[in-house]
Amino acid sequence: MRAFVFKRTLIALSVAFTISVLCFSLLQLSGDLALSIGGPEATAEQVEQIRVEYGLDRPVLEQFTTWLWGAVQLDFGRSYYYQSDVMDLVVERLPVTMTLGIMSLAIALGVSIPLGVVAALKRGSWIDRMAMAIAVTGQAMPNFWFGLTLIIVFAVKLQWFPAAGSDSWQGFVLPAIALGYYATPAMMRLTRSGMLEVLEADYIRTARAKGLRTGTVIFKHALRNAVIPVVALAAVELGFMLGGSVVIETVFSLRGLGQLAWNAISRNDYPVVQAIVLIIALFYIVLTLLADILNAVLDPRLRAR
Amino acid sequence: MAHTLSPPVAAEQHLVGSWQSRFLRSTLNNRSLAIGLLIITTLGVVALLAPWLAPHAPYLQDTANRMVPPIWHETGSWTHPLGTDRLGRDYLSRLIYGSRISLFIGLVVALISGLIGTTLGVLAGYFGGRVDAVVSYLLTTRLAMPVVLVALAMASLMGGSMLSVTLLLGLLLWDRFAVVARSATQQLRDAEYVQAAQALGCPLPYILLREVLPNIAGALIVVATLEVANAILLEATLSFLGMGVQPPSPSWGLMIAEGKAYMFFQPWVITIPGSALFILVLAINLLGDGLRDLSAPGGRNE
Repeated sequence: MRAFVFKRTLIALSVAFTISVLCFSLLQLSGDLALSIGGPEATAEQVEQIRVEYGLDRPVLEQFTTWLWGAVQLDFGRSYYYQSDVMDLVVERLPVTMTLGIMSLAIALGVSIPLGVVAALKRGSWIDRMAMAIAVTGQAMPNFWFGLTLIIVFAVKLQWFPAAGSDSWQGFVLPAIALGYYATPAMMRLTRSGMLEVLEADYIRTARAKGLRTGTVIFKHALRNAVIPVVALAAVELGFMLGGSVVIETVFSLRGLGQLAWNAISRNDYPVVQAIVLIIALFYIVLTLLADILNAVLDPRLRAR
Repeated sequence: MAHTLSPPVAAEQHLVGSWQSRFLRSTLNNRSLAIGLLIITTLGVVALLAPWLAPHAPYLQDTANRMVPPIWHETGSWTHPLGTDRLGRDYLSRLIYGSRISLFIGLVVALISGLIGTTLGVLAGYFGGRVDAVVSYLLTTRLAMPVVLVALAMASLMGGSMLSVTLLLGLLLWDRFAVVARSATQQLRDAEYVQAAQALGCPLPYILLREVLPNIAGALIVVATLEVANAILLEATLSFLGMGVQPPSPSWGLMIAEGKAYMFFQPWVITIPGSALFILVLAINLLGDGLRDLSAPGGRNE
């Protein structure tokens, strides 16, 4: 087990390093930085001055190690547009994105697990078919359009929730539904297939034969085992949601990381873009590592791989 | 000429015929496959015949007729069955031309990513060992990159256009192809016909292309449908956020972005292109589900 965790952590670290190289190349690909920082008005001497000031005259490798050394210490340099530390901007926006991600995940779990269980218990019934229909439509819905439709119906027509803003928890409800619906199909399918598999298992038959009540069998014995892979998947989905927040936060004008990323991309503010891509990738790497370890703790067969 | 056919050819033709009729029968029995195929074929024909089907030119502005509502409103008219946008451009015509963008990007992206992912996956599955380790590493790295964010950033660097969106998504969406190709090839590696080909001294490309590839094609086609759908949604998302296909192109995602400011009083400006996207992606997913059921003889194995 310790060897497994060690190996996985090592892979995760090297993947994180590769991603940081890619993020850094993003900045290099964006053209002459000194020109874009200086703006169209800058004279040749001013551009040269900026080049020296930002260390852009140094060799690429040296620039990279400087940037990476900073990134390890959570120093991502300064934003071109906001003229403040990138990390301050990120720290200011992170709570909104985390709240959104966790609320979306809670909604997705709250819908997918009960539906998946019922669909498995009543296989072939109308509930099963409805659950499948929800899964199929959920995968086909463009999430920005779903978000806009939620705004029209629940914010404008019914006025149940605000259309934008992150000042109160109500502001998070619609974006969390829009983002969570996207993760629902996969988790529901996994709950359903897990339940179907577990219900066939010998220990369930034994539990039933012992005369335990159906409810006890389903909730204490079957669900507990079927839900483990779903929890692992939920960790991965949370990582996806943080990445998908760029769309939903833009639609709902939430001041989170995603909106910051979009603004930074439209303003060519690459230190910010780099930092956000790297941070979201790191979240994803850590979450998948945890999911892998969780799966391995619970299922010894996986450790051999 | 029929009587000159040699027996093996005739037998082959008979096989082809029975395969086709079997396909037809199972298509009709499989409702999601039939519905998906019907919608996609219809949209494909619409896209191909766009210049003849569209009632107006998609870029033609008519400032006298701006924001005309669709036909189901009291003030709608048959001149513009789905209304017009803020510049007076006919919505139905834009929608019809927009289907070309979605279908083109979906298909080409699936082709590019399929080529990359299948190559990596087959090599990893066939050779195992170090090759497998390298491919798995690439795969893990690719999965850790937030697709929408990376695609947005790269598209803004390259300048949004149909070409850049297609290339970017093609280079980003190969992961599922690689996963499926890898595990399917692993299962085939020890199959008798593959070992026979190895023993006969067949060259490696022959074994991979003629023995392995045809036998994993079924699984890859199912992945391809998923990726076509995925690419269409991502193109719409990028265009909606302003980094994809640029105006005045009638991309459905762009139409939603342009309609956003008017959606409170004229909700149809986003409902119409949104529904079109939804129906197209739904149809492709149904087709994929149906194909998976066909290739899994035991029925649905979810």
